[in-house]
Order: sequence, then C-alpha cells, then structure tokens
Amino acid sequence: MPIFLVRRFLAAIPVLLTVAVFVFLLLRLTPGDPAAIIAGDMATPEQLERIRATLGLDQPIIVQFGTWIVDILRGDFGTSLISRQPVLNLVTDRMWPTIWIGLITIALSVIIAVPMGVLAAWKQGSWIDHLVMTFSVLGFSVPVFVTGYLLITLFALDLQLFPVQGYTPPSQDFGSFAARVVLPSFTLASIYIALIARMTRASLLNVLGEDYVRTARAKGLTERRVLFRHALRNAAVPVMTVIGTGFALLISGVVVTESVFNIPGLGRLTVDSIFARDYPVIQALILLTAGIYVLVNLLIDISYSFLDPRIRY
Amino acid sequence: MNANLNTLGRGSLYAGLMAGALAMPAGAQTITAVMHSGLRVLDPVITTAHITRDNASMIFDTLVSLNSDFEVVPQMAEYEVSEDGLTYTFTLRDGLTWHDGGEVTPADCIASMKRWMERDGGGQMIADKMESLEATGDNSFELVLTEPFPYTLTAMAKVSGLALFMMPERIASTPSDQAIEELIGSGPFKFVQEEFQPGVRVVFEKFEDYVVTPEPADWFSGAKEVLVDRVEWVTMPDAQTAINALVNGEIDYMESVPVDLLPLLETVEGVETQVLNDLGSVTIGRMNFLHPPFDDPQIRRAAMMALNQEDVLTALIGNPEYYQVCGAIFGCGTPYEFTDGSETLTTGDGVEQATQLLEESDYDGTPIVLMQPTDVVTLTAQPIVAAQALRNVGFNVDMQPMDWQTLVTRRASQAAPSDGGWNIFFTNWVVPEVSNPLANVMLNGRGDEAWFGWPTDEEMNQMLADFGAAEDEETRKSLAEQMQAHVMENVNYVHLGQYFSPAAWRSDVLSGVETAPFPVFWGVSKDEG
Repeated sequence: MPIFLVRRFLAAIPVLLTVAVFVFLLLRLTPGDPAAIIAGDMATPEQLERIRATLGLDQPIIVQFGTWIVDILRGDFGTSLISRQPVLNLVTDRMWPTIWIGLITIALSVIIAVPMGVLAAWKQGSWIDHLVMTFSVLGFSVPVFVTGYLLITLFALDLQLFPVQGYTPPSQDFGSFAARVVLPSFTLASIYIALIARMTRASLLNVLGEDYVRTARAKGLTERRVLFRHALRNAAVPVMTVIGTGFALLISGVVVTESVFNIPGLGRLTVDSIFARDYPVIQALILLTAGIYVLVNLLIDISYSFLDPRIRY
Repeated sequence: MNANLNTLGRGSLYAGLMAGALAMPAGAQTITAVMHSGLRVLDPVITTAHITRDNASMIFDTLVSLNSDFEVVPQMAEYEVSEDGLTYTFTLRDGLTWHDGGEVTPADCIASMKRWMERDGGGQMIADKMESLEATGDNSFELVLTEPFPYTLTAMAKVSGLALFMMPERIASTPSDQAIEELIGSGPFKFVQEEFQPGVRVVFEKFEDYVVTPEPADWFSGAKEVLVDRVEWVTMPDAQTAINALVNGEIDYMESVPVDLLPLLETVEGVETQVLNDLGSVTIGRMNFLHPPFDDPQIRRAAMMALNQEDVLTALIGNPEYYQVCGAIFGCGTPYEFTDGSETLTTGDGVEQATQLLEESDYDGTPIVLMQPTDVVTLTAQPIVAAQALRNVGFNVDMQPMDWQTLVTRRASQAAPSDGGWNIFFTNWVVPEVSNPLANVMLNGRGDEAWFGWPTDEEMNQMLADFGAAEDEETRKSLAEQMQAHVMENVNYVHLGQYFSPAAWRSDVLSGVETAPFPVFWGVSKDEG
C-alpha cells in the first residue's frame, strides 16, 4: 500500500503539470483583456498599455508561465488582476462554503440513495422499484436550477422553513449555517441520489444472482443479513466508483447551485473570474479542482481494498 | 398539526438564523442591499465601472457637487472664480477629517486632483490649461489656468466617468495606473476592509465624524446624513434569487429589477418598486470609421435610417412604461435635449430612404461584422434587431456572437473586419455619461485618439472646443443643438433610445429612498418595528 500511495502521488505530478500548461495556454489564447475590464469604457490605448505593464501582461507568454510556475512552487499563487487580493486568500475564503455543501451533499446522497437502491433491487418489479426508478429518472432529468427554485418556493417562500439564500459559517452560528445549507444540499443531491440509487440497484441485482447469495439463503440466513452482510458489500465497489466519477458532476452542479442560493463559494468565484479574465484566480481554481479530483479518486481506489479483500495494492 | 410544525420550524430555524447571521452590536440598524453587480475594483480613478463609482461615493466626498438641476454647488469646499476666469480658489469647510482621524488638508486635495487629471478626459482638459495648483493657506488652495475654461467646475463636479473624489495625500500619491489599496475617505460611510469579500459583499459603517453640510441633500450634493449604522451590499448573480430574498424580507433593497420579473413584486405587500434613476440609460450603436463600408458617411446614414428605436426598445425592455423613444443624443430630460435630424429613428419610416441611399452608394455587399454579446442581458437584443433591420435594406450582415469581454477586447482592434476587426457594436450608457458634450466620449473626433470606431471629425472637435470655452449657457445650448444635427448627419453614433431600470425596496422598513442617477444611502432610515 505505501508503495502504491507513493506511486499514485508521483503520477499526480505530471497530471497537474499538464493541467497547468493546458489551462495557462487556453486562457492566453482566449480573447479578452483584463486591462480593458479594469480600465472601463473610456480608457485610452495608452492607459490600457500602462495597466497591462503594471499587471505584467506585456511580458512574453513563456516568461509569464515561468514566473507563475516558480511562484506556485514557492507557495505563491499570485494576486488577482481585478481585485488585487492574494489569490490564496480569495480561494481559501471561498473554499469552505463549497466544501461544506459538497460534503453534506455526498453524505445525504449516500444515506438516501444506497437504501433506495437496495430496496429497489430487493423488491425488483414492485411499486417500490418503480418509484425509485421514477425518482432516478426525474433526479437526472430535471436541471439543478429548476429543483432549486422549486425547493425555494415550497420550503422558503410558502412554508418559510428555511431562508431563501445566503451562507453563514458554522463557526459563526451553527443554527444559521444548518438552516442555510439544507436546500442547496438537497438540490445538489438530487442528481447524485439518482445516480447512486440506480447504480446500487443495478450492482446489487448482479450480486443477488450469484451462487454465494443463493448459498447464504440456503443456509437459512435472514434476508437482511443476506442483503447487507453478503450482497451489499460486494456490490459497493461499482457504487464507490460512481461516487468518485460523479464528483465532476458535483463540481458542475455547485456552480449553478451557488448562484441560485447565493452561496459565496468556489463555483461562483470560478464563473466570475472567467468572465473577468482574472487569469491567476482561474489558474489556481482549475489546479485546485484537478488536485481534488485526483485525491478523491485516490481515496476511492484505496476504499476498494477495504470493501473487497481480493483487491490488494 | 402541520401548522404546529410550521410554527416550530420557523421559530427554531429563524431563531438560530437571526441570532448569529448578523454579527453586529445589539440594536444596530443595517440596510442590506443587492446592487447591480459585485464590487471587485476599488479604485475610482482607475476604472469607470459604475459599481466602483457607487462604492466610492459612499466613502469619499467631492470638492464640488452636482444637484438635480445640473448646477455645480460647493460640497467639501466653497469656491470663488476670479473675474478673468483664470483663478479658482477653494476654501475647505471647517472640521473635515478622514476616516483614520487625520485632518483634510489642501495638500490632500491637490494630490487627489493631480491623480484624477492624469486619467479623466475632463481632468486632462483642465491639466492642459493649468498654470499652477498650489496651497494658499491652511485650508485653501488655488487652481490657476493659462486661459479661461468655464467647463472646469462642471468637470470637477461630474459624477459620471471618473468622478473627482478626495483622498488623503499618501493614497492619492499612488501612480494613476496602479490601483489604490486603502479606502480612506472623508465621506459619510467608512469602508470595512476586514468584511470586504470581492464580488460578494461590501460593508459600510456610519462615519460618526462626518461634517454634514447645512444645505438639504439633493442628488450628490448637500447634507449626506446617515440614518443607519451599517449598509451591506451583497451580490446576487441571479435576479430571481434576489427577488425571492426581498419578498422573504432577507434583503431591504434591490437596485435594479429586470422589467420582465417586475410582476413578481408588484403584488407583494410591503415592497415598493419605482424608477429611482429617472434620467435612465441610453442604448447606442457605434460603427467603425476606419474600414469600408462605414468609412462612407452615406452608408452610415443608410444604416442609421434602417434602424428605429421602437423596435430596439421593444425587444430590449418590452414594457413601454420603462422605455422612451427619444431622438436627443444628449438624452431626454437634460438641459441639451434637442432632437434635430432624428425623425427616422423615432418614427421608423426611414426604410425606403435607407434602401435608396444604399443602392446609390458604393457598397459592394461585403459582409458587415456585427458583434453580438451573449452574456449581458441589456445588450443581447440590440444586435439581433439591428441585424435584421440592416438586412431589410440590403446590407449583408455577419452577426458574430461572443461574450462581452471578448467584444471589449476586439473592439479595440483597428484591423480589418475580415482580419479580426469589426464594423458595428452596441453598448449602453447612463444618461449623465452622455448628457454633457465634453463628457460624451463618442463625440470625440480625434481619429486614432478617439473612442472605439476612431472617427476623424474636425468640425465636431471645433464645436467641442467652442463648447468648453463658451461663457454663457445660451452659447452652449446653441452649440449642443448644432452637435445634435451634426451627429445625425455624420452618424458619429446611432442613438437608439432611452430606458429605465426600476429599483425595489421593503417600504415597510425603509423610508427616505430618493431618486438620483445612482443609488444613495444617506437620508435613508430603517425601522424594523
């Protein structure tokens, strides 16, 4: 395992480097000029040129890239071209709402979707199965913003159980934090629940047809024991894979959810930075996202060995 | 049962919510407002972004100011102009202090003026004629010009483009192409740096030592009396969310409500909607004078006659209560409201003439590159309507969709349209940005030094120079009327009408919300009952 971990960490370096080069070039090739955005409509060409020089945008691309990489290796992600705030501060300030919403979404999804999938598989062909599958199709088909607005209308405006929007850090006020994350988390979880429930059902149906499950039943084990001790554990590997690959879905969903619920997280920061061509912020965010994606998938790989003793690294 | 659960839910959740959501002193009155965009650039001298100007107007004050009659009046300083029109003497009011406790001195004001003069068009005109700018006492300073320039005080008082805000000397000494990093002003509100989140949240606190002028508040002049403890601006990228938050009482004020969403608020008790900026905005089309076919005035006229304001405004705003067909390039409701030559734009009967003009011209059918921004709600309709109108009279139009920032970069290119350049684009201005000929950048006819489109127009330049030098309002009005006719003849730009954005606020808690060309929070009180 330690060798596997070291190997995987080393393999992440070229991945992140490729992402860095790709993002840097893509941004520089995309039309748009941060200096023009800063200066506004009435700036003269000379004023624009001076602002470009101040921001270092008049340097050759290779020099800009070299400076950026060297700074990153020193832990300096640069300064936002637009707000002149350190990028690291901007990202860390905006990271926690997204992390909290993401974690709660995954927890909610697993807690709700796995039992749903198990039930659907266990009662295959019954109304429960049909209900779960209908929910899955709906969860997958209805756009996140529609789900968000429906939940706001029902639970915030009509029933007044939760606030419409906003975010409070848990350290500041846990009650307010809890009230404000419920609707966005359920909104975001709707897709994830659909995905995981469907995969759990399919995976469990496969396993339930195996000889060892028939043997377990023949031994006289209770149905609950057969399901949870024998079948579900073996069906968990593909479910974990879906949770890992579905992480990308979560990231794209966060962008919309943060807008609908006015949560100052990384999703909104990413969109705002792209529209403003705030290169250092976009570069840091893409690198961070790629890093998290690599890490999540590493954790999923590690989890396989706990779920299936046959898998060894 | 359900009712009980609801009550329990509301009680428990909102108790938690209200207890900690607002970390402020007990009893503090806070106005929570959703502005038209997020604040990212703080320096009001480096950018013309409206949100930056709005933020600066809370924190900084001005030497002289503009009232609702477009008159220049004293604000931080009394002023005197010598009989020969060459010397302007400013005397600071007593007791003015910065937010950090320092005293406002002539040196601070001189440094602020010099930095502003390097960036602002009006400021540059003053600088070109400036002989000296020096302190003459502990609380007075003098601006001496080499020749009379009656526009001086108007330029110093203007609130559009780059306004002249006063800053402490140590901040105003920052080079004008570098953004300032500290927001210390002498205005009615203090900027709370530690609670600022770029693009998300701006917090202001009442400046207790602000010296309120004896004159009543009027637009940006007079008594800027703050009646609450704090103002918080929160950015909501989604207008529907902001409306929901207003309905639920989570925010108090929304600067700009999309007209198509207004019906959602019109029946809500305790919410008032009204146009506060009653001058509104104008939408315009700008052609590229450097390249065919719009280097030919006849073809530019054909294009202008093909367009009509009603079609554009219907597509852009929809509800006629919130737009105005207006032929005046300086805006309707302004001192220079003249409509000469705008008949085809306002009546829409220029199609035949346009077709004939185009047929008689040298236009060879080369596609016109029309840039269409797809991500700015207030700019998506104009290109679509215009493209069809131009096709109707015989233009071959190549409409190219792009995001606004791509357009902003591309419009700076003087390359041929087929080589990454462009022929026509559309944008919007708030009326104070176009209402004065010297502030209206689209009139500048200095070729490569002019605004995007780069017209060379000596006749217009002469009229602008005469306007700046004119000593009486009658002469200025006469020149403004001539400029109106000239723009319609030469088509320096196409004026496509005026529109108004309604604001909305909780009238059950806020009082004193007044009309002004940008949102003002002084004079507004909050009563939570």
